[in-house]
Amino acid sequence: MIWKEVDIVSWMDKTNEKIQANKSELTILDRNIGDGDHGINMSRGFQKIVDQLQETNYSSVSAVLKDVAMLMIRHIGGASGPLYGTAFLRLSLATENIQTIDTTTLAKGFHAATAGIKQRGKAKSGEKTLIDVWSPVTKYMNDTEEINPTKLVQVAELAMENTEDMLAKKGRAAYLKERSIGHIDPGAMSSYLLFQSLAEVLEGGSTT
Amino acid sequence: MEKIMNHPETIVNDMIDAMVLAHPNSLRRIDNQMIIARKEQPKGKVCIISGGGSGHEPAHGGYVGKGMLDAAVLGEVFTSPTVEQIYTAIKELDNGAGVCLIVKNYTGDRLNFDMATELATAEGIKVEQVIVNDDVSLDDDEDTSGRRGIAGVIFVHKIAGAKAEQGASLQEVKEIAQKAVQSVRSIGFATSSCRIPAATEPNFTLEENEMELGIGIHGERGITRQKMGSAKSIAQQLVKAILDDMLLEKEAEIALMINGMGATTKMELYLLYKEVSELLTDRDINICQSFVGEYMTSLEMGGASVTILKLDEELKALLNATSEAASFIVR
Repeated sequence: MIWKEVDIVSWMDKTNEKIQANKSELTILDRNIGDGDHGINMSRGFQKIVDQLQETNYSSVSAVLKDVAMLMIRHIGGASGPLYGTAFLRLSLATENIQTIDTTTLAKGFHAATAGIKQRGKAKSGEKTLIDVWSPVTKYMNDTEEINPTKLVQVAELAMENTEDMLAKKGRAAYLKERSIGHIDPGAMSSYLLFQSLAEVLEGGSTT
Repeated sequence: MEKIMNHPETIVNDMIDAMVLAHPNSLRRIDNQMIIARKEQPKGKVCIISGGGSGHEPAHGGYVGKGMLDAAVLGEVFTSPTVEQIYTAIKELDNGAGVCLIVKNYTGDRLNFDMATELATAEGIKVEQVIVNDDVSLDDDEDTSGRRGIAGVIFVHKIAGAKAEQGASLQEVKEIAQKAVQSVRSIGFATSSCRIPAATEPNFTLEENEMELGIGIHGERGITRQKMGSAKSIAQQLVKAILDDMLLEKEAEIALMINGMGATTKMELYLLYKEVSELLTDRDINICQSFVGEYMTSLEMGGASVTILKLDEELKALLNATSEAASFIVR
């Protein structure tokens, strides 16, 4: 599909709905291995994001993504704000000055976004962070001929579930050492919701 | 336990107004920002800015005042302040002499303070960061998030603040703050959990006869769970953990802080103080200064932390220098 401003707005709307619906689930996950505020921060931040997007007219996909990034950094707070914000800034840069943004362009953008999260968080795969969802999803997007929305969700879901058995090396969960094993990473879950929403937009196809 | 509030979403905002209202001669709020600053900002002095999530009161606003912090940037409960808030504080406070940020080693704080530093530096403001990581319950490992910053940060605030008040340069302030970081160690334990105002459940639950050892300051679980011991046995465990990590020769001089996590009575804190100080005195360690009370809390968590700062003449003088910060007055 060809991505337009409205598709990004729709992606954020769908993500927000899922974040709000799973607010307490995210908070419970964070309570298990963190400080119990992930659901609260994500729901506050995403509500601000969709409110702002509604009020603004954008002239490019890149501009929407940039605004999303700045709103994330400003309103989510904690570690998630800068990490998600960095990812969306990279997505924005990857789509800047490109007339027709197809899914391949976006996949490349996700590659840059994942690299951005790794750099900002000084983290790599296998450390029980959101990277463990972003990395496999990005790999699927870039390796496949045509992105299949159902498959995309499956990859993201499996990646999220795989964080359960991991020993946390980064973020607050790392303080628990072995006791971090047996819990899904809350950042992995919010990332899953983001990609699940992306798949729904893909499924719906281009808006005309 | 019920919380006194009007609305969980406005609790931090309301608290900032309240602190300024309670200390009108020493504090001010910057516009409507989440920033508590010194009322009178001296010219030509290096600014010391700290901050972090809320829920640690009196940290961080209580340490703002002449001789200590110039400003505290406050995030939501247990959530780092945002890049924008930190950047605003740096821009508002800097008067050309530079800004020293005192940051506790948590992923959220590090990311937000880093990005704010990058933005301010790009604008030509001199900014240095000092990272506090005093919690000995975690490994000082570069492959992980490393050690947390806990109550030891209060001593770093005091020493950096006193040095800046003397008119030292940004580099000098940074160096003495780093010396303080290298000289301070802490460890904490919890006897009960806490609940974030916007949440419905506590972060974890402990049975009546249990405690969590090696906790941080965010209601998070500790390193291990164990049976609750006597004041004496807890003190032995905490002192051992610190001394295993820090070289204190005979006749070494230290400052000792027993910090309550929020729900522990002062009676218990003093009891713990006695046990800890006896263990140290037995090893011929000289306690020059003692602090017993709530300095860095974790909402209404039960428990305490022990902090030892190894002193030399310079650190001792800076710790003794006058401070007008509401929660750390030195006359």
